[in-house]
Amino acid sequence: MSTTTPSPTLAFAPLLERKFGEKAAPEARPAADVPTIAVDASALHDVALFLRDDPSARFDLFLDLAAVDRLKLAGPASYRAGERFAANYLLYSTERNEHLRVRTTAPAADPKLPTLTDVWWGANWFEREAWDLMGITFEGHPNLKRLLTHNGFVGHALRKDYEAGQRWLCTEEDVLQTDLAAQTETPEDVFETLTLNFGPSHPSTHGTLRVVMRCDGETIVAAESECGYLHRCFEKMSETHTYQQVIPYTDRLNYCSPMINGSGYARAVESMLGVEIPERARAVRTVLAEFSRLMDHMVCLGANLVDIGALTNFWYAFQAREEIYSLLEACCGARLTSSYARIGGLSNDVPENFVEWCRRLVKLCHNQIREVDGLITKNRIAQKRFRDTGVVTKEQALAWGFTGPCLRASGVAYDVRKDAPYDWYDRVDFDVPIATEGDNFARYLVRMEEMRQSLRIVEQVVAKLPNGPVNSDDYRVVLPPKEMVYNEMEGLIYHFKVVFEGIPVPAGEIYSYTEGANGELGYHIVSDGTGRPYRVKVRPPCFPLFASFEKIIRGGMVSDAVATLGTLNIIAGELDR
Amino acid sequence: MSDKKSLTLPNAAPIAPPLAPGVPSTAGADFLTTRLDQLVQWAHANSLWPMPFGTACCAIEFMSTVSSHYDLARFGAEVVRFSPRQSDLLLVAGTVTDKMAPVLRKIYDQMPEPKWVISMGVCACTGGFYRAYHVVQGIDEIVPVDVYVAGCPPTPENLIHGVMLLQEKIKSGELARHREAKTLVPIRVGEDPAAFLPAYSTSVMAPGRPGGHELPEMKGTAEQDAPGRGGWTGGRSGGRSGGRE
Ligand code: SF4
Repeated sequence: MSTTTPSPTLAFAPLLERKFGEKAAPEARPAADVPTIAVDASALHDVALFLRDDPSARFDLFLDLAAVDRLKLAGPASYRAGERFAANYLLYSTERNEHLRVRTTAPAADPKLPTLTDVWWGANWFEREAWDLMGITFEGHPNLKRLLTHNGFVGHALRKDYEAGQRWLCTEEDVLQTDLAAQTETPEDVFETLTLNFGPSHPSTHGTLRVVMRCDGETIVAAESECGYLHRCFEKMSETHTYQQVIPYTDRLNYCSPMINGSGYARAVESMLGVEIPERARAVRTVLAEFSRLMDHMVCLGANLVDIGALTNFWYAFQAREEIYSLLEACCGARLTSSYARIGGLSNDVPENFVEWCRRLVKLCHNQIREVDGLITKNRIAQKRFRDTGVVTKEQALAWGFTGPCLRASGVAYDVRKDAPYDWYDRVDFDVPIATEGDNFARYLVRMEEMRQSLRIVEQVVAKLPNGPVNSDDYRVVLPPKEMVYNEMEGLIYHFKVVFEGIPVPAGEIYSYTEGANGELGYHIVSDGTGRPYRVKVRPPCFPLFASFEKIIRGGMVSDAVATLGTLNIIAGELDR
Repeated sequence: MSDKKSLTLPNAAPIAPPLAPGVPSTAGADFLTTRLDQLVQWAHANSLWPMPFGTACCAIEFMSTVSSHYDLARFGAEVVRFSPRQSDLLLVAGTVTDKMAPVLRKIYDQMPEPKWVISMGVCACTGGFYRAYHVVQGIDEIVPVDVYVAGCPPTPENLIHGVMLLQEKIKSGELARHREAKTLVPIRVGEDPAAFLPAYSTSVMAPGRPGGHELPEMKGTAEQDAPGRGGWTGGRSGGRSGGRE
């Protein structure tokens, strides 16, 4: 957090000032963070409309809402009276490839903000989440009720005065409550229709997702999706652990591609610290992130195809995964939950035969992709199931906050790896596949092509894999080598400090984002200068996808809903956190 | 079962065939004697039908275990059934949250006897490193468990070891139904800070509520104890979930 510069590229700043004056002012932020404007709650709705519609702004994608309780925040960032809660809205403009944070505050007693659901529909679930966990009321929200926690829950868990371990009894009654009647457009049809409960324990909801549908015959006339069945309190847990200890938790967000989450988190903390990691670590992170992406897509396709009745692909897909697991195991000792990234590098160096191993894997994965491709892409049944089902238009995808393969399948070429390159992505040549149909088949094709592109990236990076250390030599952050700890006073002190006090991340705030397997994976971290994060908010790519699921399936058949759920690739660990 | 010679059963000893007149003998191996319960246990152990209650990362490793590389079919447990009514092994793979707890209990109740439970991964066993406001601290708060498989996630080898342990347990006739779900972690109910319930234990559904039901009495062996016996199926669901099942 060395240099603080006024936000550089706010093209719309003069116009903003003319329109809203004091009520919306750009804030000075470090270069690593995203530009920020502080907005008075009373003007929030108008500013939001301006930001969405003005040709000089055009923030068409709502990314995230990170609410922060500043109750215990010490130092300059501590809150002034009447501003206990901060709400950070993260926006993105696909036209100008620019992120923006809009910050507003709410008082301690009865915090209220206007809803932005009517500006960006994608804000819907994020606001519900902020109400559920932080207790901020959004006035005018169409459906403000608990989302992640159960109905028997009392209090708001992410407030700083809520104890991390305080549980509440959830009864069967609390789980069964859903209010579909309010949603049905034609209430007089109630007697003609059937209410169907789909999940949370259903083979094609992958464990923990739930949708309640109202069906007329086999056609879905109304639906409500519900999540929270895997809400493992990641964000609260992060606050009770040191920065390094959070890394194992990040692995369990999207457990199909754990390496991406870990590196993304490490990268966020590194940019807060201003630590540069060695080139070798960067390259290895890139390779493993791409393999993880491939694994993720493999599970997605494999499971999706099983759901629609094509079992064979599952074995092909999992064979590729098994081989990649072996590589991960050789690197860090764990197959799935790798915890390989460290703040400042990697936990240890890769095995000697890493490069040959990667090359072998690339060949093998190409093979497995070819098998799946041959079985499915021109398969008549798959075509009938996938084509023209689960259609999401470009406008809808943007309004609902899609990112990643699902957004690209609807025709928007936004990929963080290209548009804000990190690690080694600016040094390799790869394509971002897009499709325009926005249906299940488009999502399938985009994922297939992304896997091939991932292999392309791997090939290029391993060809240039540099030698050298994999960890920064900044011992405030990284554990010093053992010889140093045992032989030098200084080394011992560093070791002690890192282990006992954690990494002293300077007080501040950052939004750092990477391309996860399902879309933009963002970490919004607030530090109060101690060894533990004050607040970690994840921007989970699945969250907007599943929020809009109820809209996508409306009007379609029940069996198409299954296919759609598969191609959206909702990973519960990341969805519910 | 046609090749009776290859059967190796506990206590089984071929005896001289007292065949009916006119029936040809095949040299002393036409039948064997054993105890019926042992025969049944042997059959149970070698044809487990798992119902994977996979919620999180552990479920991914479960998928690895059943797919081609590790192939759980070698242990007779590959017939994965997502319907609790068709399965006898509840394999809880992943974190169970408070919101999920009643669902898990319901699934367990829907499985016919005899049934067994494997808790896969530290989350299912103890809550793992999620000592948090929304996570069940071990599924034995809710259902009785036969085998705990440690690991985060357990490797497929480890899970297979768990399945083998369970098979031995089944063959020896020991059943988890003799044990109650434990009641260790107190949990708060409602606004009153003094109102604690001893975790989920026997009543995920608070007693007295409509739709509440008690655990079956956990006594006797599988053969004596027909599913649905006792008052525990009566009145379940009431009118609330009508049409949803
Ligand atoms: S035990 Fe570990 S791998 Fe398994 S569900 Fe829990 S966190 Fe995930």
